[in-house]
This record gives sequence, structure tokens and C-alpha cells, in this order.
Amino acid sequence: MAHSHPAAAQPIVINHYYQAGAQVFQYSSPAPARAAAPAHHHHHDHGHSHDHGHEHAHADAEDHSGNGGRTAGRDLDFGANAAGVTVTGIPQQRLVHLEKNILEKNNSLAKANRAAFDSKRVFAVNLISSPGAGKTTLVAKTVEELRNRRRTAAAIIGDQQTSRDADRIRQTGADALQINTGKGCHLDAHMVGHAAENLGLHEDSILFIENVGNLVCPAGFDLGEHGRVVMLSVTEGEDKPLKYPAAIAGSQLLLINKIDLLAHVDCDVDACERYAREKNPGIRIIRLSASTGEGFEEWISWLESAAESVASNIASGKTAMRA
Amino acid sequence: MHEMSLCLSMLEILESSAREHRFDKVNAVVLELGSLGCVEPEVLRYTFDIAAKNTLAEGAILNIIEVPVRAWCHHCDQLVELGKDYGGCPLCGGNELRLETGQELRIKELEVE
Repeated sequence: MAHSHPAAAQPIVINHYYQAGAQVFQYSSPAPARAAAPAHHHHHDHGHSHDHGHEHAHADAEDHSGNGGRTAGRDLDFGANAAGVTVTGIPQQRLVHLEKNILEKNNSLAKANRAAFDSKRVFAVNLISSPGAGKTTLVAKTVEELRNRRRTAAAIIGDQQTSRDADRIRQTGADALQINTGKGCHLDAHMVGHAAENLGLHEDSILFIENVGNLVCPAGFDLGEHGRVVMLSVTEGEDKPLKYPAAIAGSQLLLINKIDLLAHVDCDVDACERYAREKNPGIRIIRLSASTGEGFEEWISWLESAAESVASNIASGKTAMRA
Repeated sequence: MHEMSLCLSMLEILESSAREHRFDKVNAVVLELGSLGCVEPEVLRYTFDIAAKNTLAEGAILNIIEVPVRAWCHHCDQLVELGKDYGGCPLCGGNELRLETGQELRIKELEVE
């Protein structure tokens, strides 16, 4: 061992707290310290209409810098046509047309991530599931299987706290980096970009990006991955695709995990597959068990052929292609 | 807390557009929100109020335009309106749909001074 330095054994942890703290990488947000403050002076008028159809003169001295309280009297009138706004008689105010996607920054960072992956022919997989579906067990077993086939794999792992999952992957001998999202419920392209930089990318490898256990928010954020894989487990019941359709609709592959437990739980896997295809007719579905290895042949061959098709897209100059 | 990160992204956009378009204060934000966006308008308003404290958008009102889910059905050869559940065509039940609207998450315009 060239390095017996104790720090060498320490996991790399990137904290992404939305509040001020000892973070390594912090959002350049305008008011991060206030973001998580539980106390607020917010009078929430759930009873009022959001149609804003009434007349409201702005020329009066109404103070909009107040405490965030909102009453019907402070609503704005944007005219009958909500999209085609006209504001007359409001001398001190003006309208700025933006037409900006809120996720624009994330999407451009995702594009940059994909280009970085492409430049090293790294096939990146975004793995989404609820907590406890078996993502880490799957990744640990998969990197071992891939190593047997002489394919390098690494993992970036998102959790709110701890580096336990990255530790588990490192125990297999593979490179892994933990991202702690703090209050965050999903990984975003900014976090993944920094994580990939810190981790270092091996040429011709497969990179698993294990998202925060959550079937809702991760579905909305492109990380720069080539393939998106959603995983359910039979212990969750067959109706997850109906309850969380966005995660299903945005993925190319559905893994139904813990298939070895099928005899012990009440889960209609055929119905689960049918529901998934209702939400995403083109989705590929593989039943497997990350603990017994059942179904792994099919999963590994999906990975290899998807990686192959991305690699040939890259080779032919079609960068930033998804699987 | 998905909404919080969206609010922080919105505030970044507001800050940069304040520099570009030279304004100091945002009084209202007109936002197009697709029904498939996995964002609850009420949660977004509430979160925005908190996130915008001590920024140029403190107290600003979010005027949210909810955009329905519309898709082109290849079987019916027409535009159809869908629910939020990624279900099939309401006319034929088919799944050969091309999504046209419903995923918007866009700041349309700002009322500033």
C-alpha cells in the first residue's frame, strides 16, 4: 500500500444542504439561509380564487414588499387573457417577457454532463426507485458482474445523509462517491457534475447514478444520463406504476426487484407490468432479484447493448444521445 | 422539498434578468405550470414566499397558469386532453400519444419596477 494515510480510507462526501452550513458545494442561491427556516409569517388564504379576474388598481400605494401575506385585495389583475397580458394605467411598473424554463440551468448542466460522459465513452444510468427497493444491492451486485466481464463500473450515490451506500459499493472494489443532499429530495445535474469530476471517469465504463430514494422528484431532473432505469420491488405491491406514473413514463427500463420473495408477498407482477405499459408503452421490463442474481443475465445484457448503442452514437458524432 | 429547489432556480433567473433588464424589484411572476410537472401550485406559492425573503422578489405574487395535458393521438388523428396520470387517449383508450403540452415549468413574464 502506497498510502496508509487514514484520509485515504475516508469516503468522499459532498454535502448539498440548501441551508447555510459546512457544505463543500453550495448553491449560489439568493437566500439559502432562509430557505429551510421553519418560521414564516405567511398568511395563506386558501379560500381565495387564483383566477385573478377582478379589477385591481396598482396606482395606489400598496406595499408589495410586505411580509408575504396575501389577501384577495392584493391580487393582480392580468386581464381576461392570462397569457396575453396588457397592463395600462400602471405607470411605475413594467412587464418583462422572459419565457424561461425554470429547469433551464439544470438542463444545460445536464447537457454538459452528458458531453463529459460522451468524451470518455461512459454510459451513464440514472437509477430511480423508492427507498428500500434495493438500488444499492443491485448496483453492488451489478458492478461485480460487470467486473467479471472485464467492464469497469463506478457509482455516484445520492442520499439525504450518511455515506453508508457508497461504502457498500466501495467494498466491492468499485469506485463510488456519495452525495448527501441534506434537505434535498433528488439529485440534480449540478451535483452530479461535481460528483463526476471528483470521482473521475474511466474510459469505456458504466456509471450508475443512484438517485435519492423517491419516485416523485427525481423524475423531473435530467442528470445528463444516457439511460433512465426505474426499479420497483414486489414488496411494494403491483400498483406503484399507477401511483407514480411520471417515474415510469420517463424511463426506458423497469426492473421489478425481489422477485425471489414473490411466494411470500401479495403482488400481481403481471398486473404491475400491464400498469407500467399503460403509462409507457415502450418500456422494457425485467424481473430480477438483486440478492439471488435471478434475471441478471437479461439486465446485464440490457446494460451492455444500451452502452454499445450509446458508444456507437458517440463514435458517429451523434453526441448527447440517450439510450 | 422539490418545490424549494425550483424556487431557488426561479430566484436565480430573476436575479440575472434584473441585471439584464435593469430592475430592482419584482412584484409578480407569471408562471406556466404543466399539470405533469409534479409541482403543487399551493406548495410552490408557499415555498416561494419563504425562499424570496430578503431578495428582489420578496412579497412578489406568483400568478400560476396551469397548463393542461394535451397530446396528439395517432389513432384518433386529433389533439386530445389527458388527465395528470399519463393515461391513454380519452376517446380510443390508445397509448400512441405525442405529448404537446403539460410539462411546462416556465416563467412567462415578470411585473417589475
